[in-house]
Amino acid sequence: MACFLVPGTEAIVTTIIEKAVKAKEKKQIEKSENESSDLQKHGIGFSTKLGWLNKMLWGGSALLAFEHIWHGEVIPTFPFLTAVKEGETLGMLKEMGTAGVGMAIIVTTVWVGMVIVSNALEKRTAGNAEEKTEA
Amino acid sequence: MTLLITIFAAVISTVIWYKNAPKNEMKTGTLCFMYWGASLMWLVDAIVEYIEMGAEYFTPELSDMINDSFLGLCVVALGLIIWIVTLFIKDPKGVVRKSLSKNA
Repeated sequence: MACFLVPGTEAIVTTIIEKAVKAKEKKQIEKSENESSDLQKHGIGFSTKLGWLNKMLWGGSALLAFEHIWHGEVIPTFPFLTAVKEGETLGMLKEMGTAGVGMAIIVTTVWVGMVIVSNALEKRTAGNAEEKTEA
Repeated sequence: MTLLITIFAAVISTVIWYKNAPKNEMKTGTLCFMYWGASLMWLVDAIVEYIEMGAEYFTPELSDMINDSFLGLCVVALGLIIWIVTLFIKDPKGVVRKSLSKNA
């Protein structure tokens, strides 16, 4: 019906957060121009990691929106959703609350897993580099 | 079938990304994330449908299967179009900019 709107809304929020984090990281790098900052030391910045989530959410929502157009659930005229036009708003909201929220949760959970693995790998790489320097 | 086709597209694009990593000139990572995102979302959709329909979910009508397969292929094509547009806009190799400045 309109489940893709939930991850789509999350994508808008995370994109705004990504822009803010990116600006903050840029400032940090500028501040420590000649010194090697934490960001430069450990490689992947948090804004890049947020970018992974954004790409999954925007891409997934776009392809799901296409599927909804295919099935006639999204229409080009107001109110743009067949369920609203046919008075099934409650059913649509229920679907958004179950499938839509489920979609947002599963994508975010997978992303959290990716970030945890990535952080662990970065730590391990940094540890190995330190050991080599000490030796 | 849509879920299955999207998963295949996600796996293939991930293999291509891995083969070219750490270089990311073709922005194949974007394609991977897009297909994986859609696959995860359709997986939730499939689980919800399975809860509602039970085992019947695994025995769809032939016409539904054909329609879903056609939709899956169209989804893959749309994903490729989004990727190619993103690639041309970001233009990591500067090819588009160079050819535009040559023509100007």
